[in-house]
Parts: sequence; structure tokens; C-alpha cells
Amino acid sequence: MVASIRGSSAVVGVGLTNFHGLPGMNHMEIMAQAVEKAIADAGIHKNEIDGIFSANFVELLTPLTIAEYFGLNPTFMDGTNTGGSVFVNSMQSAAAALHLGLCNVALICYGSNSATGKFTHPPAMRTVEDVYKPRNPISPYALAANRHMHEFGTTKEQLAEVAVSARQWAQLNPAATMRDPLTIEEVVNARMIVDPLGLLDCCLVSDGGAAMIMVRSDRAKDFPKPPVYMLGVGSRTDHNIISAMPDLTVTPAREAAAAAFAMAGVTPADIDVVELYDAFTINTILFLEDMGFCDKGEGGNFVSNGNIAPGGSLPVNTNGGGLSCVHPGMYGMFLMIEAVQQLRGECGDRQVKGAKLAACNGNGGFLASQVTAIFGTEETL
Amino acid sequence: MNKEIPVENPGPLQTFEDNLAKGEFKIQQCKECGQHVFYPRQLCNHCGSSSLKWVEISGRGTVYSTSVVRRKPERGGDYNISLIDLEEGPRMMSRVMDVEPTEVTIGMQVSAHVGLVEEKPAVVFYNKEQGDKEW
Ligand SMILES: [Zn+2]
Repeated sequence: MVASIRGSSAVVGVGLTNFHGLPGMNHMEIMAQAVEKAIADAGIHKNEIDGIFSANFVELLTPLTIAEYFGLNPTFMDGTNTGGSVFVNSMQSAAAALHLGLCNVALICYGSNSATGKFTHPPAMRTVEDVYKPRNPISPYALAANRHMHEFGTTKEQLAEVAVSARQWAQLNPAATMRDPLTIEEVVNARMIVDPLGLLDCCLVSDGGAAMIMVRSDRAKDFPKPPVYMLGVGSRTDHNIISAMPDLTVTPAREAAAAAFAMAGVTPADIDVVELYDAFTINTILFLEDMGFCDKGEGGNFVSNGNIAPGGSLPVNTNGGGLSCVHPGMYGMFLMIEAVQQLRGECGDRQVKGAKLAACNGNGGFLASQVTAIFGTEETL
Repeated sequence: MNKEIPVENPGPLQTFEDNLAKGEFKIQQCKECGQHVFYPRQLCNHCGSSSLKWVEISGRGTVYSTSVVRRKPERGGDYNISLIDLEEGPRMMSRVMDVEPTEVTIGMQVSAHVGLVEEKPAVVFYNKEQGDKEW
């Protein structure tokens, strides 16, 4: 029996930048703003950081750049790139490295100027799909949405419910990018981008930076803020290009979430707040199903009638998500930070009262990498 | 540059593309487990064997999912992107060419044809010519 990392590490510092109004700054400068805030939040000196976990879409060797930029001399680095899920995946690596004593203070961080800078991808392997010119990343998600509609009768209106719920949460979040009222009709009738996904089924393109500090639990109470404990994590993938995905209606989140819930020793029914990577409206439906918040094929019904909006039975994407709050190329950091802030009780008008357990699911590539994490307050340990 | 170096043992992907340039659509089949492999690989993604042979296939397939990329008319207009399940098992991305992009439906029977997509050789699919071997 391997040692469990349940509860063995905790988040003790988080930092977020503004999500707009950052023209003229590069991704490292935006990241540094977030790191400064996370360090201050944790009450540490930057030289205490000895674990660096980061990846992005604009450069290789990211952990080296970060060590250099901040003047650090890390003992453990992880620059694995699983797409937008990577920071939840990094959190798994950080928890393991902390548990083994390979590092003592882990920094997970990201910054991007996707909206105001030139957004470029480093070279990727040529694939047999390229010649057909899918409009990536939208086309793969559109193909998944269409298959879900075909198999389960999911409707455009149900997809729109996801966008409207996210917007209603964003209206409670002063930091969110999109806060104007939004109706089902506006989402359904928005300009089609890749059928069946219209403009308002797609996430924002924003700037933004985010950073998180983790330590081993034995010293988690030595920091100013209430620690948020890592109770469970699971990471899975089964493809990279969309034509290699075995079933477009079932993502690897099914196995990732099962592993995370098993480690945490809780079930979906125990969860108070859920943060999912909503790059597109279909994502929220797929992940709610795959994680076990509803049965496969029931996601469309589950999100209807405001069930995941403020006042609904399950608070989902309480910051407004990638659809209405922030999406700077990779969103995985932001869903974990929202979970941490909900469990600390720092979320103001959008606070889920008494939240003790949060579930996050990071998505990377084209529904390819799925990483679920369960966080809890001290009483859930 | 590399173009000057003669390729004596092209890799699986290069072989696939060389076949396409000759108008042939062949995929790999594993000699160990018998399953078909696509995209072209060095090892069978089912059983791990390196004993793969190139085979002709029926070319018949079924649309597994479909979408329409919206594009301005002056840039070429809307086009279809589909995932096709080949009769032999593998799934591939392609375009259904003889049906309006919005009229391609999941479950539609289609057949393969080596054609051009924006001037590059590619396997595309037709609905009306189903059953006909086109290459
Ligand atoms: Zn085989």
C-alpha cells in the first residue's frame, strides 16, 4: 500500500491579477504581479520558495525562466504541459514533492497577455488532422457537443443555461470581466462559430495571472490565512487529437474524479462548491456527468432552471468561470484559486455560505487531460 | 536542406502521405492482433506490436460527429469538419464534400476518396457515392 497524500499538504497563499487593463505587460510581468500577491498572502519571503511548477503556451523551459526571473534556486521543478489543466496536474506533483520532502514551499503560477499581447503557440507535432483545418480549439468541442446532442437530446438552450449561470455568478464578482445581464435567447441566437457552438458558448480571451503557495500540512497553520487542504487528486488522459478520443461524450474526468473522490474519502453529494474548466458550455455538462454530480446524458437537464446558478442546488463556477470571469489561454489556476477563496470564506456576494469541501476539474487540450482535485477546510481533514 | 537526403526507409506517416500522393488510401493493420491502426504508427496502439502491414480498406465509413466551421465567403466560405468511423474500426477526421456543411448528419454513410483539401492531397468523404471504391 502506497502512502496516501490525502491532507498532507495545504494551500497557504494565493494571488490574482486584474483580468483586463494590462496592455504593454508580457506574460512574466503579469505572472510576477500574481506571485507578489501570493507571497504576501502567505506571509513568506520569496527565497523560501524551493519548488516551481509552471507551464504556458508561449515558451518552453518555463520553470527555468521563473527561477531566473525571481532569483530562486529551486530543489524541485515541474514544467509538464498538459494544456489548461496543467496547474491542477502541477498541484498533484507539488503535493507529492512536498510529501516526499523534495521541496518545502511550492509555487504554482501562471501569467498571460492573451488579450492584449500576441498569443503564439510553440511548435506542436504535425498531425493527420491538420490538412482539414479544424478551427482548434473550438472544433473538437463542437464535435463533442454535437455527439452529446445526438446521443442524449441535449439542446442549444441547455448549453445556453451554462453560459447564463456563469454570467449570473460573474455579476456577483466585481473582478469578473463580463458582468452585463445575459439571456438564454441571446446565447442561442449568438453568431455561430463552429456549429453547434456560437460566440457565447465560447470562453473569453482575457489577460490574467494567478499564483498559489503550498506547504506540508504539519506547518500549514504557521501562516496568516486559514489553510485549505488538498484532500484528493486524480489525473487521467486518453488522447491528444480529437479523432483519437474513444467516446466524445465521456471524458477522462470520469476516472480522474473517481480517483480524487476515493483519495479524499468523499462523494459528489458531500461537495459544497464546484469549479470546472468551462472553455465551452459543453464542458460543464460533460464534467458534471463524468464527475458523478448527475448521470451520463442528464447534464443538460441538470444545468437547467438555474440549478448551477446562484440560488441553485449546486454552486458551479462561482467566479463566473472561463465563460464570464477570466480565460487567459489556460484557466486551470483560476478554478483552484476560486475554490481556495470559497473555502476561506473570502468571496463576498458570491460566497457559498459555510463551504467546507470544493471539487475542481481542470481540462487540457481537446477534452484530453482531466485532473480533478478535492480541497477542504481544516474540519474536513 | 533535408530535401536532398534520399529517404530509403520512410516512417509510417511519410509512407501514408506518399501513398496519398499516388492517390492511394491505405492504413495499417497489425499482424499480431489483427486490428487496424490509424493514424499511422510505428507500434500498434492496441497490442504494442511493431509488425504492421499496409492494407487496402473498403473506404466505407459512418459519420460519428460533424460540425461546421463558419468562415466568411470571401475567405472560402463555411466548411464541414467530421469524424468518420471507418468500417475497419479506426476513426479519422475528414470533410464530407458533396453535402452542404450544415446537412451532414451523424450516422450518415460515406465513402472515402483521395482528393484535395485546399490543394493538399487528403482523404475526403462522399455521401452519394457510397459503396463505390473511389481511389
Ligand atoms: Zn496489435
